[in-house]
Amino acid sequence: MKHLLSTQDLSLGDALRILDTAEEMSAVSGREVKKLPALRGRTVVNLFLEDSTRTRISFEAAAKRLSADVINFTGKGTSVSKGESLKDTVQTLEAIGADAIVMRHWGSGAAAQLAGSGWITSSVVNAGDGTHEHPTQALLDALTLRRHLARRHGTGPRGTDLSGMKVVIVGDILHSRVARSNLWLLTTLGAEVTLAAPPTLMPVGVEQWPCQVTYSLDEAIAAGPDAVMMLRVQSERMHEAFFPSAAEYTRSWGLTDDRLALLESAGADDAVIMHPGPMNRGLEISAAAADSVRNTALEQVANGVSVRMAVLYLVLSGTETAGTPDLVPSAARRPEA
Amino acid sequence: MSPTAPRYLISGGTLPDGTTSDVLIEDALLAAVGPEARSRAEAGDGPLETVDASGRIVLPGLVDLHTHLREPGREDAETVETGTRAAAMGGFTSVHAMANSTPVADSAGVVEQVWQLGREAGWCDVHPVGAVTVGLAGARLAELGAMASSRAEVRVFSDDGMCVADPVLMRRALEYVKAFDGVVAQHAQEPRLTEGAQMNEGELSSVLGLSGWPAVAEEAIIARDVLLAQHVGSRLHVCHVSTAGSVEIIRWAKERGIDVTAEATPHHLLLTEESVRSYDPVFKVNPPLRREADVMALREGLADGTIDTIGTDHAPHTAETKECEWTVAAMGMTGLETALPVVQHALVDTGLMDWAGVSRILSSTPARIARLTDQGRISAAGVFETGAPANVTVYDPHVTRTVDPATHATRSRNSPYRGMELPGQVTDVFNHGHPVVRDRALATPRTH
Repeated sequence: MKHLLSTQDLSLGDALRILDTAEEMSAVSGREVKKLPALRGRTVVNLFLEDSTRTRISFEAAAKRLSADVINFTGKGTSVSKGESLKDTVQTLEAIGADAIVMRHWGSGAAAQLAGSGWITSSVVNAGDGTHEHPTQALLDALTLRRHLARRHGTGPRGTDLSGMKVVIVGDILHSRVARSNLWLLTTLGAEVTLAAPPTLMPVGVEQWPCQVTYSLDEAIAAGPDAVMMLRVQSERMHEAFFPSAAEYTRSWGLTDDRLALLESAGADDAVIMHPGPMNRGLEISAAAADSVRNTALEQVANGVSVRMAVLYLVLSGTETAGTPDLVPSAARRPEA
Repeated sequence: MSPTAPRYLISGGTLPDGTTSDVLIEDALLAAVGPEARSRAEAGDGPLETVDASGRIVLPGLVDLHTHLREPGREDAETVETGTRAAAMGGFTSVHAMANSTPVADSAGVVEQVWQLGREAGWCDVHPVGAVTVGLAGARLAELGAMASSRAEVRVFSDDGMCVADPVLMRRALEYVKAFDGVVAQHAQEPRLTEGAQMNEGELSSVLGLSGWPAVAEEAIIARDVLLAQHVGSRLHVCHVSTAGSVEIIRWAKERGIDVTAEATPHHLLLTEESVRSYDPVFKVNPPLRREADVMALREGLADGTIDTIGTDHAPHTAETKECEWTVAAMGMTGLETALPVVQHALVDTGLMDWAGVSRILSSTPARIARLTDQGRISAAGVFETGAPANVTVYDPHVTRTVDPATHATRSRNSPYRGMELPGQVTDVFNHGHPVVRDRALATPRTH
């Protein structure tokens, strides 16, 4: 795997390979010495041309746990804001010695373009591009859901998919790269996805996507999902007339206390609430829902590091063979389940 | 042209009406067509050059209503000199230079400058298009009359790149140009519906996460404008029609006798939004590449006369404005040197149109729309008018070439057809009797 650009183009085999490798990585995070020598001497550049502290520090932690050198490059106060082209920026970074470029970019398609441009030979990892994709977020969500399913079945997660899982994704689908990446990945893994949003925040042509579409969150929850993923709602959407007011949004599409109760009664016994963060408490999610034991937000954050370790390892190790690398001595592994 | 100027006998070519015939150029005019061409050539005085056109098509010189020559202002992307070299290589003997230069061509001074640059270059007739509104700002009318009565004799007015969105202003423009038989060429794009638009709006734009440019934003303006044209009894030209719905509206308007003409670009006849999956900005253009169904509707519209002409929308851009992220890249593609091959590929080789039809959509009709009397002098059946100015393009439809933008005469390299195989090549072009292209290469410019 040379690059990770999207989940739409990710095969089931590659998706499982990343997730299984992430399980290996997560064993490292459970050890006293949270470090592997796997990427010693390799350089990972976090090129963040859009604000995102959470994703950047997650990638940074992941690279450091694999002993890679990390260079952080952000769009503010750098040459990019002085008008340097992306081409010149990445060629400069490669001249400094980058082996992989983890890029967060405001423009949809920027990662794919960089990977296909011939400007550089480094691996490219898409850390979110415009309203297109955020593949590592979807992978960490899938890792979280897969572990959840494995716990339910009393088995180990390795090698398993999400067959039969019902996942509802709620909110600003139109502008959400997280929703897109999750839709493609979760359906590749066998989950059934329902999108719930006001019609104005539903993408054009969504009826052609491999999912159910509903304007009623109540109906979606009453159908008994295994997971409800709440998307962050940006306040500027209200000013652009996508919905009349925050209060109306919350009434119809927020995970309110009443809908939390509905989920408790109608959903799976172990139904979970997911959120990519940061949460808008009181808008898309109530305080009770946010603080519920069902909320996997922190587990998602921890899994994010494991998934990003797996992705960096796979794109930089250059292994094309199937199966997961034997990174961790078997003695160090924790028993599964 | 001096009396001793060479005469040219274009020998053995296939004319648009399907006949094989000789054509004689004498004193910058089409002196004779048919058997008398050879006898008259042999009887006449002065040097005679023979152009072997056997196996080739002899077309009237092509007329483009929609060219961006970029001068003044963006000479790094194109100049009148380089753009008209490209035009000549593409078989065009007349191009209309769009007004979105810097400064904008919204005054007699600027249009005369562009017109003069065209004369000095000598590769192709250059007719400046005048801006409809001052600075293309869409607020108040430019001095249309001054441009019409200038030496550039402007008849086509357009804010191309910007839509004349204000309905009152559009009405006034349509009315006002009646005074000098002008035409308003509308760039139909409802601005609010296309804020930040990056590609055709549909399922693919949703997948790619790019802001959509919905078909309705074009169709709503065209519908409004044909009704305005009917209401004020003026004529309207619609630039770069790109959707099946627009074709339907124009067909409806023509059936009702509304005086509307329309153009389609070569790229909208061949490429679809699927190209955007690459995020390669060479495919970024306005209006955007649409769906396969739109491509087919445009081809049908040209075949049945709903769409009148091909406008290349030749839009050269520098490398740095295309070698960047899709969302900030410039919109537009070069097109002059590939227009005729694309038309052959999309319309002739598919059986939708014969060469008389090509002469209609690429020469006589655009000349009529722009009120040019020295171009497009050919009948609907494809019979040349003798005595008309000798604007002639000889075209070899039998070669197949791989498009290499590096070999193009335009200063810019943003051809969306790079690496694609297209049929045909212009071999010779006569601009008012002067050979500006000979044997598939630029010859010498015409001097005035």
